[in-house]
Amino acid sequence: MAEKAILYDATKCTACRGCQVACKQWNDLPGELTTNRGTYENPPDLSANTWLKMRFTEIGDTPDNFRWLFARRACMHCTDAACVEVCPTNALYHHELGFVAYKRELCSGCGYCVEACPFDVPRSGGGGGGAVHGVRTMSKCIFCEDRITNGEEPACVKTCPTGALTYGDRSDLLAEGQARVASLKSTYPNAYLYGEKELNGLHVLYVLDDTPDVYGLPVNPQIPVAATVWQDVLQPIGWGLAGLAALGLGLNYVVARRKIKINSEEE
Amino acid sequence: MTNHWIDIRNSDCIMVIGSNAAENHPISFKWVTKAKERGAKLISVDPRFTRTSSKADIYAPMRSGCDITFIGGMIRWILNDMQTSSPADRAKKYNITYVTQYTNAALIINDGFKGWKESGAAGMFIGYKQNTEPAPGKIGSYDKSTWKYANTTNPNVDAALVNNTWTDWSDLNPKCVLRLLWENYKDFTLDKVEEVTGCPKDIFLNVCQTYAATGAPGKAGTIMYAMGTTQHTYGTQNIRGYAIMQLLLGNIGVAGGGINALRGTSNVQGSTDMCLLSHILPGYLSMVNHTDQTLTDYINRAKGAKLPVTPSGLGGDKSASWWWLSDEAQNYKKYMVSLLKAWWMDNATAGNDFAFDYLPKVTSGHDYTHIGTFESMAKGIVKGMMVWGQNPAVGGPDSQGERHAMDNLDWLLVSDMFETETAAFWKRPDPESTDSTRTVDSSKIKTEVFLLPAACSYEKQGSISNSGRWAQWRYKAVKPVGEAKSDLAIIDVLVLKLKEKYAGETGPKADPINKLFWDYRTTGEYADEADPNEVAMEIHGYNVADKSPVKNFVSLKTDGSTCSGNWLYSGMFTEDGRNRAKDRDPVDASLNQIGLYSNWSWCWPINRRIIYNRASVDFDGQPWDSEHPVIQRSNGSWLGDIPDGGWPAINEAAPGAKYLPFIMQTEGVAHIWGPGRAEGPFPVAYEPWESPLHTNLVTGVTNGDLTGKGTPGFNNPCCYVGDLEGWNKKGGPDEFPYVGMTYRLTEMWQAGQMTRNHPWLNELQPEVFAELGPELAAEKRIKSGDKVKVSTARGYVLAVAIVTPRFHRMTIGGKGVDHIGVPWHYGFVGRSSAFHSSGNILTPHVGDANTTIPEYKTFLCNIGKA
Repeated sequence: MAEKAILYDATKCTACRGCQVACKQWNDLPGELTTNRGTYENPPDLSANTWLKMRFTEIGDTPDNFRWLFARRACMHCTDAACVEVCPTNALYHHELGFVAYKRELCSGCGYCVEACPFDVPRSGGGGGGAVHGVRTMSKCIFCEDRITNGEEPACVKTCPTGALTYGDRSDLLAEGQARVASLKSTYPNAYLYGEKELNGLHVLYVLDDTPDVYGLPVNPQIPVAATVWQDVLQPIGWGLAGLAALGLGLNYVVARRKIKINSEEE
Repeated sequence: MTNHWIDIRNSDCIMVIGSNAAENHPISFKWVTKAKERGAKLISVDPRFTRTSSKADIYAPMRSGCDITFIGGMIRWILNDMQTSSPADRAKKYNITYVTQYTNAALIINDGFKGWKESGAAGMFIGYKQNTEPAPGKIGSYDKSTWKYANTTNPNVDAALVNNTWTDWSDLNPKCVLRLLWENYKDFTLDKVEEVTGCPKDIFLNVCQTYAATGAPGKAGTIMYAMGTTQHTYGTQNIRGYAIMQLLLGNIGVAGGGINALRGTSNVQGSTDMCLLSHILPGYLSMVNHTDQTLTDYINRAKGAKLPVTPSGLGGDKSASWWWLSDEAQNYKKYMVSLLKAWWMDNATAGNDFAFDYLPKVTSGHDYTHIGTFESMAKGIVKGMMVWGQNPAVGGPDSQGERHAMDNLDWLLVSDMFETETAAFWKRPDPESTDSTRTVDSSKIKTEVFLLPAACSYEKQGSISNSGRWAQWRYKAVKPVGEAKSDLAIIDVLVLKLKEKYAGETGPKADPINKLFWDYRTTGEYADEADPNEVAMEIHGYNVADKSPVKNFVSLKTDGSTCSGNWLYSGMFTEDGRNRAKDRDPVDASLNQIGLYSNWSWCWPINRRIIYNRASVDFDGQPWDSEHPVIQRSNGSWLGDIPDGGWPAINEAAPGAKYLPFIMQTEGVAHIWGPGRAEGPFPVAYEPWESPLHTNLVTGVTNGDLTGKGTPGFNNPCCYVGDLEGWNKKGGPDEFPYVGMTYRLTEMWQAGQMTRNHPWLNELQPEVFAELGPELAAEKRIKSGDKVKVSTARGYVLAVAIVTPRFHRMTIGGKGVDHIGVPWHYGFVGRSSAFHSSGNILTPHVGDANTTIPEYKTFLCNIGKA
């Protein structure tokens, strides 16, 4: 099956944040209680309940050089995905359509993916985990798997009024993005298609009219060395240790359950 | 909009002024973006750098309230370019045929008319009279007896202008419109524009050159404007400025052109069409005056203003003047009689003047607009109020004054989805108390408040008319929550109850209600409430005898045999009864696929998607822009959009039947000279009611009245300032040195009742803030995130500071001027509520000279840490 992608064209984005709200609506994520901190940007950061947020950046100080830049922050769905590499339970994996999916019931809440992601995207603290732990599972954009496997666009793309977000086969969007960047070059010599080569190809592509760092994106992002070591060296050892850990958790469960029972009897 | 949303994509240059379209009309940027992909330029003119500016090719900063100087400067640049170009070059850069044949540019004005520089009264045209104290609302008014054409029945033209043989201004008749326009604006040089508006002249010059390039035949520029234009004491003249410039550039009636009012909510166009404003009846028929004793009086008054006046010396030799085509085709009367029939049906007969006496009549000179109504409430004249889909306690100017006026009401009915600040006015924050957490003493307020739960848009059926005049039918998706009902269902019950109450009574109060035709219930879902389909059919109109739908407004009659609730919407149904507002054909069958989508919904008038479109073609009926043809004459018929009058092209028609293109104007040509407005035939650059300046840098008039009613010639000499002592406090620049302005955010909606109760939206913009530039912030030691107090002569708002280079200090007349911006969505009930958070606490209760729209967009304020 052809790999899918989202193309985000920053030059067409007006930061209306319809995508931010549509993401919450479709995925049933609650609104966060926020305050104004002296900026339009809110919530302050990605969280277990905020999988997509727009970044606002002000550059320059006079009317003729001032720029107000907007950039999408959400999972980039990397081909070389650090989160997939480090995930001890294989909860995180590559879907056959290319994006990084996850099975929440397998997530142990270890938080390694949170540490390893070069884009600082996954967040702990999601609910709905498996029977063992219940809380602190990882949360991030799911590429609206439930929509796209039913012939719909992701919710963010569907709601975008200006056409800044498009969805389709990655190869088509790559060509579209390259053409757009080529046409921007005459006015914006630093125009760049981010995600074409980064981490062996992202499934969210960015058309930028300037270098990625100006938009707060890491130039040449890498999988942390520790993540590779984890996958290739430590994890096989870890499986042995995991057996012991499971035994310990089992004992813990028995003791805790007994204690709860005693407490309720006392009441 | 003269055009429509999709048509923005056809533009070569888009100027967004008095609007922040990217933030407040996000979907408009779908089409702006498409135009830009075609190579169109985007210009953003705004005191602050907005999300619209972030996408613009040119951002032009402008001091709030200086539109007339800015546009006047552009008009001057265009006129100077016309004059200094050789006739041959002029004809390449500008559409001379359009300017001279389709507008009144070449017409000669009465010799007695004197412009504002030669009238003797500084800053005013001839005929001005200041109102004596106590002023009845407006500062002053004009005797317009000299504001007319030299020949009032067949205005003559300047031949040198029409034939494009002139090279110097002195070659033109000193009273021809174009030369008068030059005299009006010739001082608006690049330096003057920079001095008054604060826009650096190199940026301004770039704007002039870029936008004026749309003057070439075949090119189109569009203006997108909104409340930033209208909400000034001279808001109407701001729009006139745009209209004049667009006519000079041949941009009206063409694809990708026009003057496009982006409406503030989805059905504002529809509500305006249906006479939500106090000076009109449905379909923009004039409101009935106290001097109109009979229908004949009323019709004669209309006729006097609408008789055709055909200019001599132009290619076209016939003016339609649609309202009064001829004594045989008295359209105005057809529309009025059909409206009366729709309202009183069988009780409206030729014998009783079609129930004309049942209409309420307004008293000339009294103000019935929002501002006037609240003044009347403060005076104790208005005793009861119904509020539908509005929240004046947040949205009204000087909102604390308006909340206080509501204390005088015996009863108040609010119909809304949530409890609003208006419904809760009796437990509002106390503005007088030093304790900002205290409420007013509710025990002293006697008003009885009724709060009715209203259905939201997805819970009811009916039409909405968008900014592009498209009436689109919407269906009910879900049933209303709880006891909520649609507005129509509520009104239906209310009217039937009123009829019950008045049953058996007679007289001027009871008759209009007892005799009112009210029969909209059908079967099934609408057995117990009014059926919107029935209402829509009545608006379209039908033959009274057999209830068969009329064809359109052309088939309406003066004899009472037809009814129509709004002639403009007559044509929405087909003769076999299909409601075209329900049409959903996604195929664009227009010429060259310019995006008319004529079978998607229906648009007034008679599905004409771009109005004034006869100006888009030459005398042979061929489009100026062959790439984007709106209409085109071919083998004796018109192709494309519904033409503005189906008469043949000028060159095809017989002498005496060569119809001029602007069919709603009495002269058949568009108004560069426009004497209809209260304060002058051309816009003059006046200062806002509260201005940071002591002298108007354009008119030279000094403000001798810093905190009083206003100074004619410094301020708009006809603006509405009210006549109620103590009602409206004015601040001077010494105490309130900064220019304040209010605006909306993408994430919030109007007075906030829908969005502030929504957690996903609260998350994005949780509380009121005040934006200011780094220079002022440094002086006041204010940092982003600090709590600040913004105050005016009316009250104060507590907000979070956003210090941003999107605001910057401007140099105006050699003096630094800072702006402070506050969004107006917030209030004190519901989620994300806070005391003293409504931006309109700050705004003055004064209005435009023609419409009385409040001056929300410019006032004087101060700021400090809270």
